[in-house]
Amino acid sequence: MYDFAYHRPKSLSEAVGLLKGKDEARPMSGGMTLIPTLKQRLARPSDVVDLGGVKELAGIKVEGNNVVIGGMTRHAEVATSADVKNAIPALAYLAGHIGDPQVRNRGTMGGSVANNDPAADYPAAVVALNATVTTNTGKHAADSFFKGLFETALGEGELITSISFPKAEKAAYIKFPNPASRYAMVGVFVAKTASGVRVAVTGAGPCVFRVKAMEDALSKNFSSAAIKDIKIPADGLNSDIHGSAEYRAHLVGVMARRAVDAANK
Amino acid sequence: MTAETGIGARVKRKEDQRFLTGTGRYVDDLPLARATYAYFLRSPHAHAKIKSIDVSAAKAMPGVVDIFTGKDIADAKVGGLICGWVVKDKHGEPHKAPPHPVMALDTVRYVGDTVAMIVANTHDEAKDAAEAIKVDYDVKPANVDLARALDKGAPEVHAAEAPGNLIYDWEIGVKADVDAAFAKAAHVTKIDIVNNRLIPNAMEPRAAAAEYDKGTGNYTLWSTSQNPHVLRLILSAFVLGIPEHKLRVIAPDVGGGFGSKIFCYNEETMVTWAASRVGRPIKWTAERSESFMTDAHGRDHVTHAELALDKDGKFLALKVETIANMGAYLSTFSTAVPTYLYATLLAGQYTTPVIYANVKAALTHTAPVDAYRGAGRPEATFVIESIVSKAAKELKMDTADLRRKNFIPKEAFPYQTPVALQYDSGNYPPIIDEAIKIADYKGFEGRRAEAKSRGKLRGIGFSSYIEACGLAPSQVIGQLGGGVGQWESAQLKFNPTGNVQILTGAHSHGQSHETTFAQLISDKLGVPFENIEVVHGDTATTPFGMGSYGSRSLAVGGSAIMKAADKIIAKGRRIAAHLMEADVADIEFENGTFKVKGTDKNVPLAQAVFAAYVPHNYPLHELEPGMDENAFYDPANFVYPAGTQICEVEIDPDTGVVEVVNHTAVDDFGNIINPMIVEGQVHGGIVQGVGQALLENAVYDKETGQLVSGSYMDYTMPRADDVPSFKLGYKVTPCPHNPLGVKGCGEAGAIAAPAAVMNAVHDALAPLGVTHVPMPATPLSVWQTIQGAQRKAAE
Ligand SMILES: Cc1cc2nc3c(=O)[nH]c(=O)nc-3n(C[C@H](O)[C@H](O)[C@H](O)COP(=O)(O)OP(=O)(O)OC[C@H]3O[C@@H](n4cnc5c(N)ncnc54)[C@H](O)[C@@H]3O)c2cc1C
Repeated sequence: MYDFAYHRPKSLSEAVGLLKGKDEARPMSGGMTLIPTLKQRLARPSDVVDLGGVKELAGIKVEGNNVVIGGMTRHAEVATSADVKNAIPALAYLAGHIGDPQVRNRGTMGGSVANNDPAADYPAAVVALNATVTTNTGKHAADSFFKGLFETALGEGELITSISFPKAEKAAYIKFPNPASRYAMVGVFVAKTASGVRVAVTGAGPCVFRVKAMEDALSKNFSSAAIKDIKIPADGLNSDIHGSAEYRAHLVGVMARRAVDAANK
Repeated sequence: MTAETGIGARVKRKEDQRFLTGTGRYVDDLPLARATYAYFLRSPHAHAKIKSIDVSAAKAMPGVVDIFTGKDIADAKVGGLICGWVVKDKHGEPHKAPPHPVMALDTVRYVGDTVAMIVANTHDEAKDAAEAIKVDYDVKPANVDLARALDKGAPEVHAAEAPGNLIYDWEIGVKADVDAAFAKAAHVTKIDIVNNRLIPNAMEPRAAAAEYDKGTGNYTLWSTSQNPHVLRLILSAFVLGIPEHKLRVIAPDVGGGFGSKIFCYNEETMVTWAASRVGRPIKWTAERSESFMTDAHGRDHVTHAELALDKDGKFLALKVETIANMGAYLSTFSTAVPTYLYATLLAGQYTTPVIYANVKAALTHTAPVDAYRGAGRPEATFVIESIVSKAAKELKMDTADLRRKNFIPKEAFPYQTPVALQYDSGNYPPIIDEAIKIADYKGFEGRRAEAKSRGKLRGIGFSSYIEACGLAPSQVIGQLGGGVGQWESAQLKFNPTGNVQILTGAHSHGQSHETTFAQLISDKLGVPFENIEVVHGDTATTPFGMGSYGSRSLAVGGSAIMKAADKIIAKGRRIAAHLMEADVADIEFENGTFKVKGTDKNVPLAQAVFAAYVPHNYPLHELEPGMDENAFYDPANFVYPAGTQICEVEIDPDTGVVEVVNHTAVDDFGNIINPMIVEGQVHGGIVQGVGQALLENAVYDKETGQLVSGSYMDYTMPRADDVPSFKLGYKVTPCPHNPLGVKGCGEAGAIAAPAAVMNAVHDALAPLGVTHVPMPATPLSVWQTIQGAQRKAAE
């Protein structure tokens, strides 16, 4: 890795200050994505601002009808939190199936959502549950947050401080892991919340997306039978040695049906 | 006294104490004063001419000690790497031997080919400097598609020395006899299969560190080698010209090899050579991506085979055509793998009277391909066991019955196969019977029906393998073109206080020699287990030996240890006779003690040892002092482990996911020294075989020649949750020609498993009309196969 200056601020304002006015300052949460990138010399930040010591970013709270999860919250904490398990068990399940124990004990929700890897799991939950992403400068609705391949609505120096997930009446996430990396090759999060039924797909395309046809069908009849004939077009889906676009399109259907069945259990 | 630590005991591994507490010492752990660090600049292209290399800016970078390119190596007259096995083609001509420079001179031939070596004060400085080297490449079309590699017009890897990419066109067996048998056949079964290319992925990446002592002119190389003496021999005699006695090679703790650390590689060569140039020690450890790109890969065959049967299902003849990938350069034993370790095994466990095999070795713009756990024998087993299972399906015969009908009968041993090998011993029917019992084959159709009720397709597959290992009788190896002897050495060095060191020329990099070998001596000489130390891996302290591969360590190395122990006993008897004033002929050795026959007079071995080192009361006029014996053992034949694996899978037709739900292995490894260690070897081997069958695949992009599966993001290693708990069983026919009666167990699991798993996959999908599933049966490929079958059914 190339040399960089390392900072470990104690507060959000200090962190935001450190990110300003540098050549290229990068925040770091769990480092599970950033550090491998640095080791492979694929990034050359001038400064790395480690958010690990920022207290405001930690923790899980229930606020009314929402579960609010701090940006620095590790996957393992989400997976085992009684509050999350109570309010949105599907979210705890999702977190418990990210990577391996080491990754879950380091990786964070803020880091994952900010990174917006096309194969990451969390984006599906954020979109399907219609969550709100809160940053040091404002709020983003889920639908306008994920912009494309590794692209989000976050501006220069903008940090995810927390994400607020509305409780779901019914929800489930089913993931078809990439055989090698075990990231999502296709992951489908199905949720029925106050804002209606949503079906969000990660892994299959360049960025998380919703399947309107399934949402409409499930709004009328929340059962896997209701979506069994809905075909997902392969156009524009990812294709690699593990899955052709056609295969991924097919898997979206299979995973969506299984998710609906799981949500109904 | 030694029953708990002797032959047959489940002794816990000595070496685990240090491995599990993080106190093993690997090459990279080595503290070397004033060390420098090497980094290798590698080709980003599969095939290109190097128009120019400019290192001037890089040389001026902070911390840089020196930079070497192919030109420096050529100017210094460093030899190329060698291929140590001359295979003669079907016209009796030696194989084509294109040069294998340690650093590319004017052409790069695969992604990862070595272009420059940067030596700097730190690893990071070396890497920084590598980025400042300017290489001007003229990129050429690459040939990475094995099936097309020998076609007219395929880009040539070494146009001058190996026109048309052909290294050899080799054959074994009499084609006319095979053709005649086919003409009379009642049934012919045909298969077209690809044996997928694998990347070894030892846990510890390759590493090398070298030091040159200006005062003595001695070099020391620490290397992650499976065979330090062989590495030294190659470097001395062929590559660097450093006399053997001036080069010490040490292979300390090595974290797995699976064959990939047998070979002599450019990096260790360069590190040794450059250590004297820069006058400081040099260290290098491969990064994981370098391991993917540059460790010798395994397997990679394209094969067409045909089996002729009579109306009752008796095999009449087998015909095999294989193209084997060599990669861009011939690695150390590459030429032998798809010939003498492959085609000579094509008889399998069967009496097939005539066999013909034609193997063409092809160059491609990919990493060199060489021996990998099983080396040739998994490929042979996959051919035979796939075609036998397919024949059973076509003839609507029970797959086990068809095998039984064709097994070599017990009375036929020693059995001469039509493909050169003579099997020394074996008894196959009890093995398959035991496997069938353990796997509850009879209950399978019930389980299939139950799975169907859950929407799953269940299948069962057999693989009855044989392999030749315990490499090897030297004279046979010599006749076949091998460049080395294949005996093994041992030295038993007692110390005056009665404890003993076993020095072996074999090398342990996961196989547990430190435990198994100690058990041999504990058993044979009655020495307490904790008083035995196994020493290996250092050319300065151990006798010359051939190292570990080809499941040879116990069968050959262990036999050498037994021979040395016999010499200890013989000498001890004479000492004991002297001490007890008895006739040597009356001295018996039992449980570590010399006794005078028919009396209660005795001398424990430790006392004889002490007398030998403090020879105050000792027959010095007729016996040398000391208790230190060595032995060399050259085996009379290969050893022939055999067994049957039965695999059961369930396939989810909606996703194509194959789950291994049951896996049984019954093996004949001859006598077993430590059952726990053998189980570990079998478990690991099966996992690698399941990996090949379902998960692992080295993929080069057909257009660009880039290694697509160049990291764990894309190369699927098997994990614990990919396999069930295995069910194992044993049948024992002792090897008749080595003193321990042992056969090898290191490779069997990986040899048999791919065919067992793939046969189960085929069986599961057969109801859909599927007759061929490519390996590895990944979810994508199974799903596509099912789609294809459904389309066909709809037509
Ligand atoms: C072996 C392995 C397996 C994995 N498997 C999975 C998997 O199955 N599913 C899955 O979803 N993920 C997987 N991951 C990724 C893992 O979940 C990462 O932890 C996650 O993607 C990034 O989180 P992090 O906290 O480590 O972020 P970091 O690596 O610290 O940062 C990632 C990026 O986000 C930026 N960033 C970090 N925090 C913030 C913030 N608060 N606000 C704005 N920007 C920020 C950083 O600058 C960087 O660009 C895996 C990772 C590994 C190493």
